[in-house]
Amino acid sequence: MMNRLLSGDAPRSRLLAALLVAIVLGLACAPFVFPGVKALNVAAKVLVFVVLVASFDLLLGYTGIVSFAHTMFFGIGAYGIAVATTRMGPTWGALAAGTAGALLLSLLLSLAVGLFSLRVRAIFFAMITLAVAAAFQTLASQLSDITGGEDGLTFKVPEVLSPSFEPFDDPFLGVTLDGRLVCYYLLFVAAVVLVLALLRIVNSPFGRVLQAIRENEFRAEAIGYRVVVYRTTSSVLSALFATLAGAMLALWLRYNGPETSLSFEIMMDCLLIVVIGGMGTIYGAVIGSVLFLVAQSYLQDVLRLASEAASPVPWLAALLSPDRWLLWLGLLFVLSVYYFPTGVVGRLRSLRAPGAR
Amino acid sequence: MNYKQKVPPAPAQSAQAAMNLREIDWPPLALVPVLALAALPLVGSGSTWLTLTVAGLAMGMIVFIIASGLTLVFGLMDVLNFGHGVFIALGAFVATSVLGAMGDYTQSASLWRNLLAVLPAMAVAMLVAGAIGLAFERFIVRPVYGQHLKQILITMGGMIIGEELIKVVWGPQQIPLPLPAGMQGAWFIGDAAVEKYRVVAVLVGLAVFALLAWTLSRTKVGLLIRAGVQDREMVESLGYRVRRLFVGVFAAGSALAGLGGVMWGLYQQSVVPQMGAQVNVLIFIVIIIGGLGSTGGALIGALLVGLVANYTGFLLPKAALFSNIALMVAVLLWRPQGVYPVTSR
Amino acid sequence: MSAHLLELQGVHTHIGAYHILHGVDLAVPRGQLTMLLGRNGAGKSTTLRTIMGLWRASQGSIRFDGRDIARLDTPRIAQLNIAYVPEAMGIFADLTVKENLLLAARGARSAAQMDAARLEWIFGLFPAVEKFWNHPAGKLSGGQKQMVAVARAIVEPRDLLIVDEPSKGLAPAIVHNMIEAFAQLKRSGTTILLVEQNLRFAQRLGDTVAVMDDGRVVHAGPMQALAEDAALQRSLLGLSL
Repeated sequence: MMNRLLSGDAPRSRLLAALLVAIVLGLACAPFVFPGVKALNVAAKVLVFVVLVASFDLLLGYTGIVSFAHTMFFGIGAYGIAVATTRMGPTWGALAAGTAGALLLSLLLSLAVGLFSLRVRAIFFAMITLAVAAAFQTLASQLSDITGGEDGLTFKVPEVLSPSFEPFDDPFLGVTLDGRLVCYYLLFVAAVVLVLALLRIVNSPFGRVLQAIRENEFRAEAIGYRVVVYRTTSSVLSALFATLAGAMLALWLRYNGPETSLSFEIMMDCLLIVVIGGMGTIYGAVIGSVLFLVAQSYLQDVLRLASEAASPVPWLAALLSPDRWLLWLGLLFVLSVYYFPTGVVGRLRSLRAPGAR
Repeated sequence: MNYKQKVPPAPAQSAQAAMNLREIDWPPLALVPVLALAALPLVGSGSTWLTLTVAGLAMGMIVFIIASGLTLVFGLMDVLNFGHGVFIALGAFVATSVLGAMGDYTQSASLWRNLLAVLPAMAVAMLVAGAIGLAFERFIVRPVYGQHLKQILITMGGMIIGEELIKVVWGPQQIPLPLPAGMQGAWFIGDAAVEKYRVVAVLVGLAVFALLAWTLSRTKVGLLIRAGVQDREMVESLGYRVRRLFVGVFAAGSALAGLGGVMWGLYQQSVVPQMGAQVNVLIFIVIIIGGLGSTGGALIGALLVGLVANYTGFLLPKAALFSNIALMVAVLLWRPQGVYPVTSR
Repeated sequence: MSAHLLELQGVHTHIGAYHILHGVDLAVPRGQLTMLLGRNGAGKSTTLRTIMGLWRASQGSIRFDGRDIARLDTPRIAQLNIAYVPEAMGIFADLTVKENLLLAARGARSAAQMDAARLEWIFGLFPAVEKFWNHPAGKLSGGQKQMVAVARAIVEPRDLLIVDEPSKGLAPAIVHNMIEAFAQLKRSGTTILLVEQNLRFAQRLGDTVAVMDDGRVVHAGPMQALAEDAALQRSLLGLSL
């Protein structure tokens, strides 16, 4: 049954499976096991990023398309929720309308982008998506009537999901049951469903053709697969999942702005995560997101300690300053591209069967 | 198929002619003056137009200086350096240190004393950027020759590391980079205010272009680069170590980016660590328009981008970044490989 | 000093997963013109590329003037005074004919430094080279480009010339020119290894011949012997010289 749930894409490594189980359990019980606002925020962010990066993996890892415009769809999803609830009030109807509208916009844009990618060479396409993403971010901050401009939009969510919703006075297992928890579990369920859906997609005949195209486009076309159709479909699917991830983010933060969902930093984070976790695995997105976000949140604390310890040596202290955590992550990223080309997941899988692939 | 077949061959000239002047593919060259002239009626006032055009040409020249190195690096060795922006930032920050230390020169109203500060600042910036470029090639780029995806990832990673290191050395905040006193202000031609510094930028850009053009067309090294861009394997078969050549071109390209960074910083009168990433997007648009591997194409692309940015900045401020993307898409629809595609890759 | 300038023994070449050369043994005698014949796909071009280091031999030895060059990189091999004219000619289309030749003249920093006498000789062999001296090489016809390619290979004295199908796709009149040029080169003492499918070419110029099939040399010996044995010709090549 587990096999069917995972669409036949088993972890293939005991260590990896154990890690995944631990992560899922950890996320499922996060509000109870990891008390405090910060921990819950990190956990929610992990859920959002898992979906976002997994969608990016579909595009990059499975289809072999390098696109820096992925955050655009993430932002569309977030703005969809933000704009809809701002305009239509905090109702479920607004959420539905916002999500639907965002999905539609993403569908159209990703179709355009996907078809355009086939007209130009891959290198051009990568550069162009970089430019388009930058332009989109500028656009979002300039259309202040709709998007709230630089400041973004702060909005309310339906009663059930908001922190003020407290149906029970007594805490359960030490935690007050409120709307935040409901929202968190909504995100959790959404994340699980979306990841399983992605697993189903990449393990379907469609997914296999994508991989064939990634390996050798010419041959795939020669065999008779219309590469245009497959690549465009993959672009669209990837964008739609990213949009949903954006909606999840907006729902949690109850705020969205250009920096929150459209920034270049987020794009880089996706790249880092997918490379460190392992491209073309989907599980890599899960492991990578956890590693990355935990590091992002807690590495700074570690660096703070280290920096203080190194204060007698000013240049060392400056290097270890918690504000420079991206430096160390960047180093880790470069090292993993060299030494861990298959990422954590690939490394774990190859440990299990040395020599065999 | 071959765009050159459309142009009738010019009569054979002496060997002195530089860069294939005998058969000039003129439509892309015409784009720059055509665009400028087309903007005149839209802008309305002649003096405003003059100011904008000079500003656009200046910005374009600075962007060209930065882009020229990148396009050669790609054309010659098929290496995609998404981290080229880090040399821009590096050059600019080095300049802040050098100029900051030479206060009495920069505050003097005499242009010559100013140059005594600015020229060394440029030289130091280029040296530092070139040196870091050597290290970048050795440790970041060399291990991933031939693997485009990894190059993209790694060079971006390199840029992040570089940006953070700049923050370690100079701090994360914006640093002002004021123009030296003698270079501030403008000349007046009738009603039009033409900023002195922008004219200087155009002159420097032209000088760099002339130097590059001369090197490429009159020296053996330039010949090797031009040949290597077309067919690297054949150049190796003729007995030349193209790798070594490439390292040199990479370092030179980085140094040029450093110079461009100094000039960009002076143009904006401030520097931030993220400026590399910001200018990166413009650079890519420029070399896509120009055609990967073509210096001449990069010049045209850069001038077009500079002009478009300034004209739309005046006419439709909100559309500035889009206008450049629209320009790029328009060029690609006309010539999908850029205006002067050099490589067959 | 060995009689053979170039010797291949048991050379295997793999390109990716494909095993192309299955143990090539080839001996190229000094001062002679060796023909490498065989049908399409026999591995002739691969052999030449392996000699030049463009493909790495996975096994076997390649000795040039007694010295093992199998592990050297391409520029180093070329610097041993081996000139290579690939099947696709390798002409730099955007460069002028003059620049193409200047590039090959490693000892010259500018056109003025190229050996004038040698250039005169080349102009005599290939009039097109002189005629289109300042024209971009890409504008020349196929036959003219081929002449430029060969001219480039001999712009400085070389010990070994490796040429891949110089007469391919050329009009018969041009082929005649080409044959004449190689005959002169042979007389000047250059060792030549030539891949050809044009059998007239082969017969007129070849001193030694090696025939390849399926990545191996299946026959080697004097051209005379092969030319006189019609049955052998048919069995090796499917037709007669």
